[in-house]
Amino acid sequence: MKIHEYQGKAVLASHGVPVPKGKVAYTADEAVEIAKELGLPVVVKAQIHAGGRGKAGGVKLAKTADEVESLSKSMLGTTLHTHQTGPEGRLVRRLLIEQGMDLSGSREMYLAIVVDRAAGRPVFMASSQGGMDIEEVAAKDPKAILKEVVEPAVGFQAFQARKLAFGLGLPGALLGKAVTFMQALYKAFESVDASLLEVNPFLQTKDGQLIALDAKVNFDDNALYRHPELKELRDFDEEDPLEVEASKFSLNYIKLEGGSVGCMVNGAGLAMATMDIIKLAGGAPANFLDVGGGANAEQIKNAFRILLADKEVKAVLINIFGGILRCDVLAEGVIAAVRDLGVKVPVVVRMKGNNEEKGKEMLKASGFGFATADDMTEAAKIVVAQASGTR
Amino acid sequence: MSVLVGKDTRLLVQGMGKHGTFHAIGCREYGTNVVGGVTPGKGGTTVEGFPLFDAVDEAVRKTGANVSVVFVPPPGAADAIMEAADAGLPLVVCITEGIPTLDMVKVDAYLRGRKTRLVGPNCPGVISPGEKCKVGIMPGHIHKGGSVGVVSRSGTLTYEAVAQLTALGIGQSTCIGIGGDPIIGTNHTASLKLFNDDPGTEAVVLIGEIGGSAEEEAAAWVKANVKKPVVGFIAGQTAPPGRRMGHAGAIIAGGKGTAEEKMKAMTEAGIHVVKSPADIGAAIARVIKK
Repeated sequence: MKIHEYQGKAVLASHGVPVPKGKVAYTADEAVEIAKELGLPVVVKAQIHAGGRGKAGGVKLAKTADEVESLSKSMLGTTLHTHQTGPEGRLVRRLLIEQGMDLSGSREMYLAIVVDRAAGRPVFMASSQGGMDIEEVAAKDPKAILKEVVEPAVGFQAFQARKLAFGLGLPGALLGKAVTFMQALYKAFESVDASLLEVNPFLQTKDGQLIALDAKVNFDDNALYRHPELKELRDFDEEDPLEVEASKFSLNYIKLEGGSVGCMVNGAGLAMATMDIIKLAGGAPANFLDVGGGANAEQIKNAFRILLADKEVKAVLINIFGGILRCDVLAEGVIAAVRDLGVKVPVVVRMKGNNEEKGKEMLKASGFGFATADDMTEAAKIVVAQASGTR
Repeated sequence: MSVLVGKDTRLLVQGMGKHGTFHAIGCREYGTNVVGGVTPGKGGTTVEGFPLFDAVDEAVRKTGANVSVVFVPPPGAADAIMEAADAGLPLVVCITEGIPTLDMVKVDAYLRGRKTRLVGPNCPGVISPGEKCKVGIMPGHIHKGGSVGVVSRSGTLTYEAVAQLTALGIGQSTCIGIGGDPIIGTNHTASLKLFNDDPGTEAVVLIGEIGGSAEEEAAAWVKANVKKPVVGFIAGQTAPPGRRMGHAGAIIAGGKGTAEEKMKAMTEAGIHVVKSPADIGAAIARVIKK
């Protein structure tokens, strides 16, 4: 789960990480109020779940209350396009109004903590090249990124923080502050079950302060059950409405741009493979949709509703490898969904599992004109032809 | 022949709730020697003919169990795996989906230096069809005893590959579902080592998916060590970057972990890579007829 910068900074601050003073504003009036409280100048920062906001004009300095008002008015309600938003961009609904920092003579660095899957442990990363796209740094000069693997039994140690601090070229006088900062960051990572924690830029000011000027905090969805307070931070406006709707029914749905073949599959691996085979057959998948292990009639119906809400879907491929699930039960669910929802687009069903033949007979007898296929290749060919209107 | 599980397996089921009991019955019906279950607080009772125990070490002492399968829900799953390791079980297969990553970091650390091997979590389990031994939730009837090893991150996609093999009359030595999470016990490379050393396995199906670099590591290992033919498939060739495709591990991040890179590494290692998931069975048929 992703959260906004202001929420991420609140999480960091609550674990003792220094962040600039600031508050969230939903209107220009609120923004002006907050600016007056903080004292000018302030930085007006658009809050969207995507990086690259600065370059896109989503981060601006305001020296007067009038500027706060006019910048807030111009940002709120506009769509911001960054390299991470995709072509559709993101609508700005919230602003972070933050105290302006004196950046003259300051240094921008980078800190991040992620779980390294190969090591099976959290890795604390640091780079002196802050403020930049870290992926570019990693691609151009991997040695510019310092790494410390964390031993889970003991956590992130002071000597590791010192190694990173020296590696970043921080002066000896700031060593104590750097260790405290980094250990607080690690504590935050661990205690909120973050999947990613990134401070970019990690600022060293002229007068020797260390501050998290930006913060990106992603949570491990699997751990949210033990952090009910963090669930409240979810901003549904930042997510695709269909994906939100799907998640209510434990359906894993991801819309893909430019596709016309809706897919409904059980299992993530098979769902990806089904998308691949549609592409190989000359079509374009409209979505990823994993209905989960227990694909029952109700799940099928919900899945259909979500698939068909995408008007670009011209045909649907259902690929269910039942295994334990009975195909007649599945066929019943498909027929009921098509009947109850008045599905108009052609539906191709490929199912494997117990009572396969019975399931196919039921589909044929239903009179809804389902196409059935025995293998994935055949199913993909039929559905791609149907989606392009040639069959 | 087989790897990990077989005719000598004495299976203990951790988490005999509705789900665990259902699959314990499924394993027993397939032919697995299920010796009991563990549900703390239910020790001394039985369910569906399975004796229940309060703790794993007690169950191991009394039943001689040598493999456990974990169905315990996410909040207690990491604990269950560590309890099994503490009891000295050589193999633990964890089916549970949705374990927090930092819990698995702890499990991973706990298992280092211990002799317990973990398969999973978030996996369908392990099956050796020729020895009628199923430890997991996969549909047994689609399998057939034989000499092809299968290793895969996903569940139903593995079933798909297995069904293709069986339809062509090609049996399997053992099928290992290693799981779709970022941190897993036995990975592709470790599974390949097992198959490489198993005289009963003559060819291997390696099914990977986008995310991470486990497939690339496996490819390098194949190149250096494996003489047996390997057929490979990577799911997610059409997946967009930055989106998690169902499995917590299946995400292309920072331009890394794409299907293209993985397929390239595998091809360069001499693995027979198929682009279509429907061609896995046929590719194995070709390589073992040589």
